Amino acid sequence: MPLSFYILAAVTVISALAAMSLRNLVHCALCLALSFLGMAGLFLHMNAGFVAFAQILVYVGAVAILIVFAILLTRSAEPARSPRASSLAFSIPLALVVGAILINAISSTNLPFSANPANAPTVRELGHALMTTHVIPLEVIGLLLTVALLGAIVIALPEQTSSAQKGAVKS
Amino acid sequence: MTWNAETIFADLKREILALVSPDNQPVVSVLLSIAPLLAVFPTLFALTTILERKGLGRIQNRYGPNRVGPFGLLQPVADGLKTLFKETVQPRAADRVVFFLAPVFLVLPALLAFSVIPYGKYMVPLEMDAALLFFFAVGAGTELAVFMAGWASRNKYSLLGAMRAVAQMISYEIPLILCTVPVIMLSGTLSPVEIVENQNRYTAAIAHWNVFTPWGAAGFILFLIAAAAEANRSPFDLPEGESEIIAGYYIEYSGFKFALFFLGEYLGLFAMCGLGITLFLGGWTAPFDFLTFIPSYVWFFLKLLALISLFIWVRGTMPRVRMDQLMNFAWKFMLPMAVINIVAAAAWKFTPILGFKWAVSGVIILAGYISLAQGLTRKAHFSKRTYRFAT
Repeated sequence: MPLSFYILAAVTVISALAAMSLRNLVHCALCLALSFLGMAGLFLHMNAGFVAFAQILVYVGAVAILIVFAILLTRSAEPARSPRASSLAFSIPLALVVGAILINAISSTNLPFSANPANAPTVRELGHALMTTHVIPLEVIGLLLTVALLGAIVIALPEQTSSAQKGAVKS
Repeated sequence: MTWNAETIFADLKREILALVSPDNQPVVSVLLSIAPLLAVFPTLFALTTILERKGLGRIQNRYGPNRVGPFGLLQPVADGLKTLFKETVQPRAADRVVFFLAPVFLVLPALLAFSVIPYGKYMVPLEMDAALLFFFAVGAGTELAVFMAGWASRNKYSLLGAMRAVAQMISYEIPLILCTVPVIMLSGTLSPVEIVENQNRYTAAIAHWNVFTPWGAAGFILFLIAAAAEANRSPFDLPEGESEIIAGYYIEYSGFKFALFFLGEYLGLFAMCGLGITLFLGGWTAPFDFLTFIPSYVWFFLKLLALISLFIWVRGTMPRVRMDQLMNFAWKFMLPMAVINIVAAAAWKFTPILGFKWAVSGVIILAGYISLAQGLTRKAHFSKRTYRFAT
């Protein structure tokens, strides 16, 4: 494994650890974005340029921003005073169970391993595969996202009655 | 060997590469591709500041800078020296690490974006399969940098400015990407090099630029609007609205960090202009085939200067829009129009004769535009302005 792999892996893991353990929520979100970037670098390392750029575009460009906005709009970014010790009794077994499931799934998967990264498919091949072999999952995901978008718009729409009340208060 | 104006830079690079040992050649080759980018675009930034201040001065009926050097041409040097020597003030409450990193992360994506644009026939710093996706992916990093700057300053105005900037950039990124889709569809590739090659054909001495088609013209206008908003240029410069929130997300930055913000903003604008030229204005190709004797990179930079001048002109003549107008425009007009443009491009692709192509594609765009404009203005009731907070 070349040195660049170890650097990228270290960046990804350390920033992920920092995202879990830092006290300031905005710092956590920024570290998470750095970890996404490290992941994208690992994808690039495996010759998967399209996946890497899509990862940056979606995760750094949209998801990280969304997280940051959610933090800023819902609560103060100041670190909380007291750690909730009572939840430890619940969280440790949960983490163990999830970890066991993941380790079991990973170790039971037969991963074809080769020292040289395979020739990554070009964007053209990816597009053909998406529009022919995998067209139904693609359409279903598109439908799901459209429904989610419509739902968000319906929730965000101002309610008629409340706006009428506001007008009454103002006058 | 003979020196040809078209290939002079490529030849120069090859000559220098021949001087170093084969082991070092990959590294030197990369450095030789990076160094011109780092030299040319910050210099262009300096030239643009003087052009912009002079141009705005003319538009506003005043002289502009004319004290330093002949015609004030050395003004950028004086400005650069001033920002270098100024004290860098950092608010005590600021988040030190994030405050320091924000300007770096703002300039970095803009510089990375330059690496995939073809500047000339033999001048592409980095060729790759999904280069357009790379361009937009690195552009996405700017939003986080702007947020970092606004949040780390611990200033309510800068946080407000950052929120405005991020909301605006996310909203306009969608139409920006959607209006590049027709070009990608009809060229059948994500590589800027091939997109330019596709436009390098001539019929009756006129080039096949994408902007000379109905979907290309509509797409180019949409692209220019979205690019201005992405680069926080006037009339979409709400994030720094001086009259409302002082200077937005970089209020607390001073000295050279402030200059870095300025640099990042202009580099982002140049990268956007470069992409617009590549996608719609034929990249490095000449407009008429009898002008092809002028080297390709000259054409690219001429087009770049023309687009920059257009943005300066717009800045001097358009008033700033309001936040709700900005958002409504992005989601209710730009987004549907970009989607209609994709339909028009598909119609262009699948109709047979050239005249018929123009008719079908043009009718789709015009019908879409008219119905959108009618639908958006019918509900608007123009009445006397009411003030909520002032009397």
